[in-house]
Amino acid sequence: MRTLRRLVIGAAAFGLASATASTAFAQGKPLTLCWAAWDPANALVELSKDFTAKTGIPMKFEFVPWTSFADRFLNELNSKGKLCDLMIGDSQWIGGSAENGHYVKLNDFLDTNGIKMGDFVDATVRGYSEWPKGTPNYWAVPAMGDAVGWTYRKDWFARPEIQKAFKAKHGRELAAPKTWEQFIQVAKFFQGRQIDGKKVFGSYIYTERGSEGITMGVTNVLYTYGFAYDNPKKRYQMEGFVNSADSVKGLELYKQIYKCCTAPGMSNAYMSEGLDAFKSGQVAMQMNFFAFWPGLYKEMGPDKIGFFVNPAGPKGRATQLGGQGISVVSYSDRKDEALQYIKWFAQPEVQKKWWALGGYSCLKAVVGDPGFKQSAPFAADFLESMNIVQDFWAEPIYATLLLNMQKRVHDYVVADKGTAKQALDSLVKDWTRDFKDEGKLK
Amino acid sequence: MSYLSAAHSVVEPLPWAKRIAGALVALYAIISIVPLLWILVTGFKAPADAVAYPPKVVFEPSLEGYVNLFTTRSRQTPEYVASLPPAETWYDTLVRARGMVIAGPSKFAERYFNSLVIGFGSTFLAVLLGTLAAYGFSRFRVPLKDDLLFFILSTRMMPPIAVAIPIYLMYREIGLSDTRLGMILLYTAVNVSLAVWLLKGFIDEIPREYEDAAMVDGYTRLQAFVKVVLPQAATGIAATAIFCLIFAWNEYAFAVLLTSGAAQTAPPFIPIIIGEGGQDWPAVAAGTTLFLIPIVVFTVLLRKHLLRGITFGALRR
Amino acid sequence: MTPPPSATPIADQAARATPQPVAARLRGISDRALAWWFIAPTVLLLLAINIFPLLWTVWLSFTNYKANRAGRGAPWLALDNYHSLLNDADIWLAMQVTGHFVFWSILLEVVLGFGLALALDKRFRGHGVWTTVILLPMMLSPAVVGTFWSFLFQPQIGLFNYAVGYFAGVDPGAFQMIGDVPLAPWAIVIVDVWMWTPYVMLICLAGLRSVPAYLYEAAEVDRASTWRRFCAITLPMVLPFLMLAVLFRAIENFKMFDMVNLLTNGGPGSTTEVVSITLKREAFEKWRTGYSSALAVILFVTVFGAANIYVKALNALRNR
Repeated sequence: MRTLRRLVIGAAAFGLASATASTAFAQGKPLTLCWAAWDPANALVELSKDFTAKTGIPMKFEFVPWTSFADRFLNELNSKGKLCDLMIGDSQWIGGSAENGHYVKLNDFLDTNGIKMGDFVDATVRGYSEWPKGTPNYWAVPAMGDAVGWTYRKDWFARPEIQKAFKAKHGRELAAPKTWEQFIQVAKFFQGRQIDGKKVFGSYIYTERGSEGITMGVTNVLYTYGFAYDNPKKRYQMEGFVNSADSVKGLELYKQIYKCCTAPGMSNAYMSEGLDAFKSGQVAMQMNFFAFWPGLYKEMGPDKIGFFVNPAGPKGRATQLGGQGISVVSYSDRKDEALQYIKWFAQPEVQKKWWALGGYSCLKAVVGDPGFKQSAPFAADFLESMNIVQDFWAEPIYATLLLNMQKRVHDYVVADKGTAKQALDSLVKDWTRDFKDEGKLK
Repeated sequence: MSYLSAAHSVVEPLPWAKRIAGALVALYAIISIVPLLWILVTGFKAPADAVAYPPKVVFEPSLEGYVNLFTTRSRQTPEYVASLPPAETWYDTLVRARGMVIAGPSKFAERYFNSLVIGFGSTFLAVLLGTLAAYGFSRFRVPLKDDLLFFILSTRMMPPIAVAIPIYLMYREIGLSDTRLGMILLYTAVNVSLAVWLLKGFIDEIPREYEDAAMVDGYTRLQAFVKVVLPQAATGIAATAIFCLIFAWNEYAFAVLLTSGAAQTAPPFIPIIIGEGGQDWPAVAAGTTLFLIPIVVFTVLLRKHLLRGITFGALRR
Repeated sequence: MTPPPSATPIADQAARATPQPVAARLRGISDRALAWWFIAPTVLLLLAINIFPLLWTVWLSFTNYKANRAGRGAPWLALDNYHSLLNDADIWLAMQVTGHFVFWSILLEVVLGFGLALALDKRFRGHGVWTTVILLPMMLSPAVVGTFWSFLFQPQIGLFNYAVGYFAGVDPGAFQMIGDVPLAPWAIVIVDVWMWTPYVMLICLAGLRSVPAYLYEAAEVDRASTWRRFCAITLPMVLPFLMLAVLFRAIENFKMFDMVNLLTNGGPGSTTEVVSITLKREAFEKWRTGYSSALAVILFVTVFGAANIYVKALNALRNR
């Protein structure tokens, strides 16, 4: 035991010494960029080599998986941490980050360097950069355009016996669904079917409880049923807009899809489980963000994977906005170099290369280019989706609003608690209380 | 001498009773260890095998889990992979075979290192403070001794989240957020209660006569403490140190709330190891295995003192 | 023993000539000062990292402070937070979920743990090895345990469903431990029982070992049956140990966060949202610092109060 004791004491002393030493170490040279850990992030690493080559500033990256992304980095911003110089934060963080002073306001920088927000797709400027919405106050440059879309197993849809069976059952050709009625038909058709000796399931939808998953999923149905966050004429008046009769129907439809046509074990699933389920041949259709399509397409090939835009509902077409803008963290010690990065990133050549590597550029010059639609099988769908996007609240208290919606929707859809009307009524009550707390409502 | 070996009853169990008892215990032990074995085995599966359904018991072992644990990779087109210079190391070859390229090391080694630093640092401090305080409580007439001891114990009754709220605010103000020093201080404060209670028990067992004899011989109290009591308490101190280390090693709530990068330990990291799609289960299993190895070693070393450790010294023997 | 180094020759001579307690005072630091020096650092550290924050939490619980909007200050709310908490159906639900979890996990751990201790007490061949194997789960990190059990509980790819399907003839895909509303609360109980049964077992074993031999001898003489022996001797003597185990487990399970968070994340819906998860969401996701501080105070008072009552009962039992 003597040796053990010496070992423990020695190691402990070492531990203390290195702890104090590390805090004394000076900040290194590289710029740190913080984002979520997913395919586009890897593409950005590749792209940024160009920046390092041009300016000699090395880049360091801090990527966190989506399920902890908001938690981790909002925590970081709220603790005034110096970890991140550049932050590609979620679109909903804009309100909070602007009002709490986390991000550097970019208007002067943009003017000095001749970067015009008008060069970027309007929906992305509004969604990722502006706060307050609709005013020319910019806190981020649109970095990654994204929206929710769908994939389907093209190879299954192409099989003659499957086409015959579907035609016999529904009297029409099997194809990617354009409306929710068609979607349910296709999903039910594949649910429980035996394909290649394995049982497959109809669809995959978001159901994640912890961060934002189920909300990002359910809104795709709700928007197409006419759901609105508040009265367009009277801000923060939610009664009758959030819980309108149509919204109730939309919420019921999402639950119907969950109950009838999904794989087992998907009660808390978000983006990564969907990719797994689709790749491994568990589901016929998958809901996910466009960000994943380049990687998925590379992996599965043109025969197996097809894409379609979010189906239309009774009130028309809509889809949930994803995507992020890139901002400079105001607590960083290297703001000037961070701004240099943004200046480099905003250049049209860099944006073109960004799209080629797998990122979704928001520059009008890139997406408006005549060759864009053919540049990838999902490019046309992407353009169409970006024209019909709607976003969640971007208020400073968006996190509270989001968590309330997560709870109410998950309780109803997954945990069978109450009715859809009750869920939405409770949500209105929650949000009213939150806005009253904020002083936005009396 | 194992604590299990002392007989307490003249009524020796009948042979058949022993056999049934043995069988039941063996059954429970096997059922209980299967999950751990499954995780160990999953660490050596290829990602596709790990998520196969039905679960594969027979499979081709692969070190992909471990490689994925320690690296970050990006998927590239087959043409790009073919255009690179040939792979030099075995792990490069492994990754390229999957159509991916190693982009750099992952954060696992850093996190593991942080666990070691924070674990050992806080253990050292907790045992240091704890030994002194335990000796004080054991040998001296301290006013309000029982109340102070209960106060020390009660600091462990708050849910960690509750404690984390003001600590978060405090650390934010004084700049200790996400620092190893801050975490060491916090873990020390939590561990010192355990250390004081355990060490008091150990020191209580050392007869006072030894110190008294030393002091009669002319040693000061302090010298008697260092030269007489500490060597006798060495086993107890080592056992306490290991218990403190286990707590700091396994701790998750504070780590996930108060650190985000520089000072983050392994427990918040392992559950979020994502592969290309969902969770990279072989890598998670590999990380879990590496993380559990010290604990397994300590469990075997500490067999004799486990009872004492888990009851804060209330029960011995 | 070698003679100690003497401070000064005069003090030495004086010390040798004077009686013991005075000698101690003349040589080196006095006992009282030493006691102070030894205990103070611990107490100071605990004051700084435990007590001061606790007082700060209590103060915060009377305000509407939001940690992410520090600029807004801390408007005074008096008891409003407590009022909303006690009237919030969701908080009561979380308490109920926690209560269900604590009750069932402890019940099963006591039954299994005591049973295992009784079996181990028979000291069959190899009991040492089996004991060490059984002890492993409780030494693991609860967070890591929650993570890999979520893997084991997956309906398609997890071992648990297949094992149950194999032994009970049920279709492995027919139930989801984590996704089904009636089953999820049992998922967290199962994992907790897996982890902590060895804990109760170890303590019960100590209890069994502590029963003096002569009691059993006397029962032998009286020709008491095994059952009678168990009820009259074993059970009453082991009861204090069992109660100690229950106390520690109850406190730990009431505070439980790591394992449940990573296993079910409080889902589906809120069916496994134990009170620590609610606290974390209120404090670190919604940033309602004042509100969550009030909840923290309520929890602390509950645990502290319950522990106090329990310890008194335990002492009464011991002294009987």
